[in-house]
Amino acid sequence: MTIPQPTSSTPALEVEHLKKTYPNGVEALKGVSLSVQPGDFYALLGPNGAGKSTLIGVISSLVNATSGEARVFGVPIHSRRSEAMQMIGLVPQEMNFNLFEQPFQICVNQAGFYGVDRKIAAVRAEKYLKQLALWDKAFEISRTLSGGMKRRLLIARAMMNEPRLLILDEPTAGVDIEIRRSMWKFIKSINDAGTTVILTTHYLEEAEQLCRNIAIIDHGRLIENTAMKTLLGKLDVETFVLDLTNACAELPLIDDVRLTRLDERTVEAEMSRTHDLNSLFAALSAHGITVTSMRNKANRLEELFVRLIDANEVATGKGVA
Amino acid sequence: MNAEGTLIALGTIVRREMMRILRIWSQTLLPPAITMTLYFVIFGSLIGSRIGVMTHRPDGTSISYIEYIAPGLIMMSVIQNAYGNITSSFFGAKFQRFVEEMLVSPMPSWTILAGYVSGAVLRGFMVGIIVLLLSLFFTKIHLYHPFITLSTFLLASVIFALLGFINAIFARKFDDIAIIPTFILTPLTYLGGVFYNVAQLPTPWREISHLNPILYMVSAFRYGLLGVSDINLVWAYAVMLGFVVVFGTICLNLLHRGVGLRS
Repeated sequence: MTIPQPTSSTPALEVEHLKKTYPNGVEALKGVSLSVQPGDFYALLGPNGAGKSTLIGVISSLVNATSGEARVFGVPIHSRRSEAMQMIGLVPQEMNFNLFEQPFQICVNQAGFYGVDRKIAAVRAEKYLKQLALWDKAFEISRTLSGGMKRRLLIARAMMNEPRLLILDEPTAGVDIEIRRSMWKFIKSINDAGTTVILTTHYLEEAEQLCRNIAIIDHGRLIENTAMKTLLGKLDVETFVLDLTNACAELPLIDDVRLTRLDERTVEAEMSRTHDLNSLFAALSAHGITVTSMRNKANRLEELFVRLIDANEVATGKGVA
Repeated sequence: MNAEGTLIALGTIVRREMMRILRIWSQTLLPPAITMTLYFVIFGSLIGSRIGVMTHRPDGTSISYIEYIAPGLIMMSVIQNAYGNITSSFFGAKFQRFVEEMLVSPMPSWTILAGYVSGAVLRGFMVGIIVLLLSLFFTKIHLYHPFITLSTFLLASVIFALLGFINAIFARKFDDIAIIPTFILTPLTYLGGVFYNVAQLPTPWREISHLNPILYMVSAFRYGLLGVSDINLVWAYAVMLGFVVVFGTICLNLLHRGVGLRS
């Protein structure tokens, strides 16, 4: 049998009809198929318990699939695990490093598990710990690191084998906005340098900003797998919250816009995406209403996400009646 | 993963195990030193002096009680520490989940096993040397057969490292790694001819004692250090090699299937 060699057009990740049923009978994956192209920044979204972590577990060989196949750059994970794992870096959802070791040791050891020479590993550890602003903590016991530092250490550790495919499972959970942004900047630079990135997150705004393609998984099934732009294009209605200069007793009627009073100085405007904002403001001005500021009621992706999940709940009969 | 990479991965695990043993030396190296000193004082000097000569070497020289029990005490320390090292270290890695660092890496299963077994053998060796040096304060030890001494030490520590690895794989809580040492390992060690010659036991206890694998290890080790043994050496090596093969196969099979490690 001839083993296919990875080419530039070989997907970074191919998952075909992947099923996983746990011994307790829970079907975490019910035949998931997807493909991630090399160099992509790919979002894998879904509510809690949707099967995202199980899918990542199968890809990283921590979970044995019941059936189906997953390939990393054309290399099947099940039959050529060692080769496939050499190309993957994993940032898990839970902290899984030795709390009694130093960040530097953790990184160097991780490189060692991938067969990287200790001298090269030491250079890489310094490089990534510096890039993730952890160098000043490199020789302190990891247990003493803050939550944000521990999250960054997981990323530095995942980079030690300089993977072609970096998988991040909720890497910013519980991290403050400043650190989160610095983490995204780092991951974006890694992606720009050619590393394929797969990300799961509950911060949908970030997925919208960073990712080019997106898959949504729910109840073990893929319910959406498309380009981010295509998905956002499906959003036909947007809702804005308008803060008014003066109190408004009665709301005017405006074509194609549904206005709802939240309080005397705040109004919610639901309107078609084809309707321009200038005409809304003109209509409000004509009625003597001045808008001080405005914001989206919800992130666009968040709105779509909720709709898709709700629709799937209804379709599968699991929604709340 | 190529051979060089595998060797680096193996070296990484062994190095990490070594660092762990030395970092927590007060838990890994000090307790056996204190316990064995007490054994030498109580059983060797105080009680042993009243027992007198235990047996004679082929050249006719006599072997005192303290001299007789010293190899058994060294072997007991080696066995307990090899077992204890791998159970606590590997279960600790499972408990804190950093075993996943190795599971997601490209290194083959046998490398993980070999790394942890090497760590356990190293601890067994360090403790064995410490107890051997302590025994020199109480008695004279001659290395009659260096090859037999070293090979028995190596086989015994590998056997109990493998057994400890199986225990750690199935363990779900810390209690689970204490059950076998408390209820199986310690009784078998005490009944494995460390403190007495099994030939002195009445039937059927003498025959039953031959079912105890530790008897073969203690006897072969005693032969290496003193030149006398309760057991035929061929049998001792056959039993030890048999256990290495059986336990090693079980460990590799469990790792390959991901039992207790992969969902």
